[in-house]
Parts: sequence; structure tokens; C-alpha cells
Amino acid sequence: MIPPGTPGARTVTPADAPAPALRLPRRRGTEFGLIVLAVLLSVYGYCAVGLARHGTLPPGALRYGAGLGALALLAHCAVRLRAPYADPLLLPIAVLLNGVGLVLIYRLDLETPSHRAAPTQLAWSTLGVALFIAVVLLLRHHRVLQRYTYLCGGAALALLTLPIFFPAVNGARIWLRVAGFSIQPGEFAKLLLALFYAGYLAANRQALAFTGRKVWRLQLPTGRVLGPVVAIWLLSVGVLVLERDLGTSLLFFGLFVVLLYVATGRTGWIAVGLLLAMVGAFAVGRLEPHVHARVEDWLHPFASIEAGQGAGQLAQSLFAFAAGGALGTGLGLGHSVLIGFAVKSDFILATAGEELGFTGLCALFLLYALLVERGYRAGLALRDPFGRLLAVGLASIVALQVFVIAGGVTGLIPLTGMAMPFLAQGGSSLVTNWIIVALLTRISDSARSQYDRTAAP
Amino acid sequence: MSRYIRRAAALCAVLLIALLANATRVQILESARYEDNPANRRQMIARYGSPRGDILVDGRPVTGSRDTGGMFRHTRTYTDGPLYAPVTGFASQVYGTTLLEHTEDALLSGTDPLLDPFPLWNGVLRKRIPGGHVVTTLNGAAQRAAYQGLAGRAGAVAAVEPTTGRILALVSTPSYDPGELSGTSPSVARAWKKLNGDAARPMLDRAIRQTYPPGSTFKVVTAAAALEAGVVTDLDAPTDSPDPYRLPGTTTELANETEGCEDASLRYAFTWSCNTVFAKLGGEVGLQTMTGTAANFGFNERRLRVPFAVAPSTFDPKLDASQLALSSIGQFETRATPLQMAMVAATVACGGDVKAPYLVERTTTKDGETVATATPRTLHRAMSAATAEQLREMMTDVVQEGTGRNAAIPGARVGGKTGTAQHGVDNSGKPYAWFISWAQADDALEPAVAVAVVVEDAGRQGEVSGGGDAAPIAKAVMEAVLNSRPHGRG
Repeated sequence: MIPPGTPGARTVTPADAPAPALRLPRRRGTEFGLIVLAVLLSVYGYCAVGLARHGTLPPGALRYGAGLGALALLAHCAVRLRAPYADPLLLPIAVLLNGVGLVLIYRLDLETPSHRAAPTQLAWSTLGVALFIAVVLLLRHHRVLQRYTYLCGGAALALLTLPIFFPAVNGARIWLRVAGFSIQPGEFAKLLLALFYAGYLAANRQALAFTGRKVWRLQLPTGRVLGPVVAIWLLSVGVLVLERDLGTSLLFFGLFVVLLYVATGRTGWIAVGLLLAMVGAFAVGRLEPHVHARVEDWLHPFASIEAGQGAGQLAQSLFAFAAGGALGTGLGLGHSVLIGFAVKSDFILATAGEELGFTGLCALFLLYALLVERGYRAGLALRDPFGRLLAVGLASIVALQVFVIAGGVTGLIPLTGMAMPFLAQGGSSLVTNWIIVALLTRISDSARSQYDRTAAP
Repeated sequence: MSRYIRRAAALCAVLLIALLANATRVQILESARYEDNPANRRQMIARYGSPRGDILVDGRPVTGSRDTGGMFRHTRTYTDGPLYAPVTGFASQVYGTTLLEHTEDALLSGTDPLLDPFPLWNGVLRKRIPGGHVVTTLNGAAQRAAYQGLAGRAGAVAAVEPTTGRILALVSTPSYDPGELSGTSPSVARAWKKLNGDAARPMLDRAIRQTYPPGSTFKVVTAAAALEAGVVTDLDAPTDSPDPYRLPGTTTELANETEGCEDASLRYAFTWSCNTVFAKLGGEVGLQTMTGTAANFGFNERRLRVPFAVAPSTFDPKLDASQLALSSIGQFETRATPLQMAMVAATVACGGDVKAPYLVERTTTKDGETVATATPRTLHRAMSAATAEQLREMMTDVVQEGTGRNAAIPGARVGGKTGTAQHGVDNSGKPYAWFISWAQADDALEPAVAVAVVVEDAGRQGEVSGGGDAAPIAKAVMEAVLNSRPHGRG
């Protein structure tokens, strides 16, 4: 930015000052336009559901649309105010995904009139956007967070440990139930863990990469450096095995390996990671009946049908995707409710696959891909290692989570219970993802504004 | 560090490609396989998502549809369930479909490609084509007359139009209400269990799926064979047959129910149903010719469909002389469905051609546009027109002065043949009463109807006879057809 009134701003020669063309466009207008588009698409979705099911516009369409629009506008204003250089795609993508999620849940509510989830989801969306605004307004720079590296690590562990003291729900001990609210602390823990990894690895990456003994072709870092990071990782995974939430466990593992690799650049870490993953997966698959059943179900999704017990959840999910075909049945016209339990949470993608078809599914995947790519891009543009690692970590959380759950419900990998970011029913996940987008917004603002500062004389 | 971030990003791209490739596999490449999986209820949901087309008798639907609002939304209803059950069959969400509901299912449920004028376009739009209607050949009055004539006794009636093969009535009693099997409520399972456990077998379609020994009605076939083979050339000449007749190679003596059968003429023997004369004639005609004539009438035909499959009627081609004698009077291994015997009567009535019986006049779209129309066709030529005329004479005699007087109708020429069929171990069962006949109005050029009646537990008054128990039912059916003739096929 060229401060107004700078003498000679118009007369500098190209030799002693950067060309005005280097001034980065802020693109806030683009963001606004895309947000309007995202809200309109969601309202269109509501209308399509209503027309398909009852032949009339649904009474809630305006309310949901206005609510989503108001939230998005507030968030947009916060970005304009405090993060003017932020990537203009991040917020619209989040709004669109959240909007599509609300439409899908609203649509599934029609099949389960006694159990409506859309109003709750809208309330959580409100909280999510409020936290997004709070982060954008209050967090002046992402580097501030590096101070709280160990606090984040400790908090993550505490959050992961908490549910052990609460009763298990559907076989997984991952819930806190307080005064009618259920919270999944693991969702917040993954954010805190990313902060811890980024902070710790940023501080110790040189030591990790270049010290320690060399064993064969692998250079092992000293225990003093590697110790804390492995310890916290082992603890988190151990807690997860106890709580039987293997999706999150897989996510933590992937996040750990990716960040370690990015921090140190040592390909050996990927090899060790893959090896450990395979050993772990094999051991858990053999020893833990819950997981063993999942693996069996993945290998033979139709076994229960051949045994005469009807279609299992994964088979029903595959049926739903297949029924969608290339173009989908249209919103409101599918039968993904046959999946039964968890159709609004873990299996929400099956509804998208059936009613929006392969086309709609690709669009969703590409939206996630764009979000992840923008995160990575912000990381590439930054100069401080903490910011880079944090951006990569946050983007990787989204990428891994989408892959694990989408791969699970489409039969690519064994099914693990996880929430599709922004789409699935579930407050903790939604709020966490809004914070992730807020942090990415903040980071992208830093990344792009730093160029602008160098451009100014 | 940038290099490693790019590599990590590339890894994410690989994961994305894996997801997209797998989604292509599930949603595009293998979607048909998943959709056809029997555990996938979507096809069922779609199938019952819109009302099923109707089956029409006399232009009015005898079926209907009820919207339950449930997952398998529209269930089948029947206006006269037990009356038309041997034709419609049932359409059940749980137990599938039978008879017309089964063979015409694609049309009724709207999946028949013939219903879709723009298959590719509607396929893209996933447009559901409404089910079409099936217009039957049935004559409602004849169907009702047959059902009421049986009056709850076990039995069956089949009536056809001799010149075309159109089936005018198809009745089986005791019957059941197919509407009890519609839907998914627990009462459906209870009804299914009860109907299957019923000793009276109400779901058995006796008119087409049950074969009976045809008894003396089979003498029409034997007489045709004798006349065609030249064994008998003069209807009124004595046949040189003893009474009683000892079955060849045995000591068993075959007797008659009536007097005057010794050396009787073919006409007399036919009119009064002399077993001895026909047992002997069968032997004289010979096994090969008898088998050939029976086959020409439609016996031993395994592929007859109307459009649902009809149980094959049988005339055993491997018999010794005594067995041939018994088979020639419709006993031993000879078995026939009521529909087959109606075809025998029709063949005589219309001059020797066996017309293929059919039940579906035409099929239409929901809006009544014709999709397909039936065309009458000839299965075989069973005998010459001259032989047919001789048989017409003899059958007319049966009604005018013989055992079938109960079938006479004023103002019409009626030909018939009675039968009582022994069955069971050593003929211990109560005999079945048979009557086959045809009728032609005096002012008509062609016969209007041929009918076969079998009554299983006939003879409550003691004596069992085709003329006493079955002929009045046949008469009622023929009258119903003759009376509705001016309105015709509509």
C-alpha cells in the first residue's frame, strides 16, 4: 500500500521503487459476490426440497436463508474490518458448505419428523460464525498463538481425556453430556493439537532434522527433541483407542506425519509413518472387535445380505450413492434415509451423493479441495515457520477428515465415524471448522499483507 | 520448507483423485449392480411410488389402488377379488405377483419400454411413466354366472370364444380375495399363512393349473380320431362292440351306466356315453393315431400361455392295449385342465381349428392409448371340417335328447358332452362331474361360446353326473354370453 500523500508517489522510476502493479488487490468485492452466490444456492436448495416434496416453497426457506445470509454478512464485515487482505475464497466456501449441510439436514428432517436437527444445526452455525468473527476481530496476528504451544498441547490432552469419565454412546466414548448438550471434545482437540505441533515443530525443526545418530540411512533425532512430540502423539492415540474413536486417531496420526515431514523434510518420516500406520492398523484390526467388524464390513459390504440379515449401513450407503448416478435424483427425492442411524451425521455425504449425484459430489469434493489448496497456498506465502506449519496443519485436518469419512462411506477405506466438515450434523465439529477457517483467514491475511508492505516504500 | 509443503499438497491431490475415482466406480460404473441388489429397497419404493395400472373387464377396472402414505405407498385393491382372482392373481408388496399381475407387471407398474415414447430423454430426467391398463377378453356376466353356478363347491369353469380363442370366463372355487395380500401390514402375513394352510387350496387356479381326468368328455377326442382315421365312416352304423367289454389282456370287464350300448352306433354311444364302444374304438384307432389326435387338440403341449402358463394336459403316448382303452374314455393317465376341455369343445364348434386361447385383448397407456393388441391365431388343425360337423351333430344330440338336456337353451343351438370321472386309489374318490359344451344363437353365423365345467365335490344329492351337476352351470355361462352378444366386444 502506498500511503496517501507520499511525496513523489507518481514520479518514482521503476529502478528505485516497485511498480504500482505490485499492489495486491484485496478482492473483498469478490468475496461479497461469492457469499451472495453461496447464500442464494442454499436458499435455492431449500426451495428445491420444498417443491419436490410438497409442491410449494417451504415456509422455512426464507428464515434459514435470511439467517445464513445475515451470519455470512456479519462475518464478511469482520473480514473487511480486520483482515482486508484475506483470501476471498475461504469464507464463501465455508458459507456454501455450511448452507448445503443445513439444506441436507433440513431435507432429512422431513423423513424423521420426530427428530428435527436443522434448527439445532442453525444455532450451532450461529455460534460457529460468532467464533469466526471473534477470532478475526480479536486475534491480531497468528504468531501470538505460538506463545501458547504447550498450553495447547496440555489442553488437547485434557479434552481428549475428559470423555473417559462419561458413558459411551453407540460404542464410542467421545461425548460429554452436560445439561442436555452433547459436546465432542475431540473435535476441539484436533485444532489444539495442530497448534501444538506447529509451535513445537517450528521451534525444534532444525534439531529434528540435523541432530542425532545415524542408523543405516536414517538419521534418528535425539530423544530430548523427539520425546515430547512422540509422547503427546502416543498419549492422544492411546486415549483414542480407549475411547474407540478410530477416525480421529487416524486423523491425528496423519496430521503428525504430514507436519513432521513438512517441518524436517525427511522422507524417512513418511516411510516410518506408513510402517507404523500399517502395523497399528493390523494390530488394532486384529485385536479390537469394533474395528475388526469395520474392516470385515469394508471388505464384504454385502455379507449381511447374503446371510439374510438385510443390508448393513455401508451397503445402504453404497446403494444410496449408486442410486444417485451421474445427475442425482434431485433434492428431496432420494431414499438415503434407509441408511437409518447416523444418516444426518457420518453418512450425510450419502444423501448428497444420492440426491445431487456424482456431479454434486464432485462439486463438494472440489469445494473442499479448494479450501485445502487455499490453506496450503497461505502457508507457502508466509515466511515464519510457525505460520507455515499452522496453515499446512489446519488445511491437512480438513483434507484428511474429508478423505477418511468420504472414503469410508463410499467404500474406499474402512469406515470410521467422523464428521464431514461443515456438512454433517454436529455442533462441536461445525464450531471447530469455523475456527479453522477463521485461523486460515487470519493467516492468509498476514501472508498477503506482508507482500503489500514490502511493495510499499 | 516450501518444497515439502508442495509435496504434502500433492499428497492431498492424490487423496482427492482417489475419492473421485472411487465415486465414479460406485455411482457410474457399478451403479446398476448396486441398484439391482435385492436388499436395495429403492426399486420397490419406486415401484409402489405411483398407482399401478388397472385390469379391465367389460371396460371397467376390477382392480384399484390405495394410497397408504407409507414407504411402499400404493397398495392394490380388488373390486371383486374372489371372482377375478383366477385371472388377476395378486400383487403383493411382500409375496410378489401371480397370473396377470405377474405376466403384465412391467406394463401395470410402468416399466414396460413400450409405454415410454422418449426412453432416452425420460431416462435422463428420471421420469416415472405411469402404469398402463390391461384390457381382458373376459365377459363379466359369464364370469359371474360361472362363479355363482359353482356356489361355493370346489370346481372350475373355463369359457372361450370358439372362433378367436378369446377367454370369456375363468373361474376357480373356492377362491380368495387377493386384496388380503396387498400391503405390508401384519395381516398380510396372517392371510398368506392361512391361505397356504387351507386344505381347500383357495389359491390354486383350478381352471388352468389343475388337471383332472376328463372322463367321458374325452370321448369327443376319441370320436374325432375314429372318424378321421376312418375307423367309423357312418355315424349310425353298428360298431360291433360287446357289453360289457373285457379290457384287452386282462380279466377286467368294463360296463356302462346306460342301456343299449351293445353294438350301438357311434351316434347312440356318444349321445348316451357308452364306455364300452369308445374303449374299443380307441384300440381300433391305435395308440399312435390317438396320441396324434390328442396332441392336435392341445394335449401334451407344455408351452401354452394365455399369457400366464397353463398346466399341460396329458395323453400318455406309452400305453398297453388295456391302458389305451381306459385312456380313450378319459380315465387312466389322461388328464386335462378345464381350459383344455373348453378348447376341445371350441374346436368342434368352429370347424376343427384349435385357436390359441388368450386373455389380454389389448394393453393401453394410462390415458387409454393402445400399446399392443392381441391377434387370434390357430395352434393346430385337429380335424377336417366334415368331421367337425359330424361331431357338432352328435354333441347337439347329447343336449337335445341325451345326457346333457340340462344345457338346452331356447333360441340357440347347443352342443355338449357330459362326463363323470373316477379318481383316487381304486376310484375311491367321489367322481368329478364334467360338462363341455358350445352354443350358437339361431340367428348367428358363428358359435358364440364354448365352455368346460368341472365340479369336484358334486352330487350332494347322491348321484353324481355331469348332466346334473355341471350342465346347468355351463348353461348359465352360455346364456350370459349369448345375452351380452349384441353389445359384443365393445
